[in-house]
Amino acid sequence: MKYLLLLYAAPDAEPAYGTPEFEAMMGEYMTHSDRMKDVATFIAGEGLQPVETATTLRKRQGKVETMDGPFAETREHLGGFYLIDAPDLDAAMRYAAEIPAARYGSVEIRPVMEY
Amino acid sequence: MARAALEDVLRHERGRLLAALVARIGDFPRAEDALQDAAAAALVHWGRAGVPANPLAWLLRAALRKAIDSYRRDASLTRHRDAVTVLAEEEAADPDPQAIPDDRLRLIFTCCHPALEEKTRIALTLRSLCSLSTAEVAAVFLDAEPTLGQRLSRARAKIAAAGIPFAVPGPEDLPERLNSVLTTVYLIFTAGYAQGPRTGFDLCTEAIFLARLLVTLAPDQPEVEACLALLLLTHARAGARISAEGVSLPPRDQDRSRWNAAMLAEGQGLLDRAIARRRPGPFQLKAAIAALHSADAGSDWPQIAALYARLLAIEPTPVIRLNHAVALAEAGHLPVALRILADLSETLADYQPYHAARAEYLSRQGSHTEALQAYDRAIALATAPADQAFLQARRAALA
Repeated sequence: MKYLLLLYAAPDAEPAYGTPEFEAMMGEYMTHSDRMKDVATFIAGEGLQPVETATTLRKRQGKVETMDGPFAETREHLGGFYLIDAPDLDAAMRYAAEIPAARYGSVEIRPVMEY
Repeated sequence: MARAALEDVLRHERGRLLAALVARIGDFPRAEDALQDAAAAALVHWGRAGVPANPLAWLLRAALRKAIDSYRRDASLTRHRDAVTVLAEEEAADPDPQAIPDDRLRLIFTCCHPALEEKTRIALTLRSLCSLSTAEVAAVFLDAEPTLGQRLSRARAKIAAAGIPFAVPGPEDLPERLNSVLTTVYLIFTAGYAQGPRTGFDLCTEAIFLARLLVTLAPDQPEVEACLALLLLTHARAGARISAEGVSLPPRDQDRSRWNAAMLAEGQGLLDRAIARRRPGPFQLKAAIAALHSADAGSDWPQIAALYARLLAIEPTPVIRLNHAVALAEAGHLPVALRILADLSETLADYQPYHAARAEYLSRQGSHTEALQAYDRAIALATAPADQAFLQARRAALA
């Protein structure tokens, strides 16, 4: 089954850029998918630019409306995602638990719809 | 006749049938629907042709056919084509339920999966493994039947869509997942303890049934043995919990001749067996505490306080801190106990046993006015008449 893992965190909760903690965290991200390859298969994954760069768009009565900022104002922001292929939810949970964001934020696990 | 026979099979074997179906169909909601359809068909056929020699086998076969039909109906979904082939082979092979391995352990791990809300785990376990009707499960939670029905169908849909496995977890996940299962069983028991027996079922008995089932299906697990021990050691005293006048009694005031000696002995035996495995865990600590409450010489409070301190290291919850404080007070450490109670005033503000304990120890310390206020708060929060009567008697003795 395919799962999308959505990484949420408060911007001030994660290690600051340039600190040794930040370097350690990045190192963990780099090796994570390889370390977990027996648990689930990595399909895609990216980190996102901060939420200040977000633009939200909707189309109403044929007219495009844009908004400067994210869809919902919350303390924890979407900061990245993984798309993985895992045998079941237990495997997806094991994979998610080793993502650094799980320690200072949260990881939402969403099964991908199959047609 | 047909209805009575069907109700009898489902009452005792619904969990086993459902587990066997989920194992074959691999889809929780579809298995439930298939079983429901098979039961409806049984009413018609058994009424006409008589109850079959092996009703369980009949139901399993009928349910498999219903599942095949339902897959064929939406065979436009390519992923269902394989399922139809596999099930058709199964069905043709004339499955004999007596020869089918018991899949209920896998079913209980699915029902108690941590990705489901705690209340949902309890409801799903009662419905799927204890064969309680949706109306009966709703009554446990004081929910309306449609509300609980919706909760159950949402849960089944999530199990299927999110890929919650129908499997016994691997060794690395087992301790934590087993704890989730045992906690669900224990919560069913405590709900039964608080509510008392109901028409048609008793949650305490259902919890003991589940714990026994787990001891059989997951042998050599000390935490499982200790969970059953805890339930038996507690349930053995049920007959003596309330006096002839309808007042709750603490263990020290109970008539020991009304304790169930055979149940106590079985509980103690299970606990000894669990501890001898030398893999300690929270249920072994809780069962050991329950055993110390039934000791011949009365509750051994210093030992109970020591066990609660160890339990706190594993489960630092407010209720365990409260119980630790009570044990410390009873063991002669009143000032320490009152300090712990003061720290808990906010977290346990609406918890009746907290105010009852505080009232008792404030009065022992000589703080009568505060003790009376604490009794008033406890009485206001008490739901069981026997608890109210107990608290009112204590308050009257003080005033």
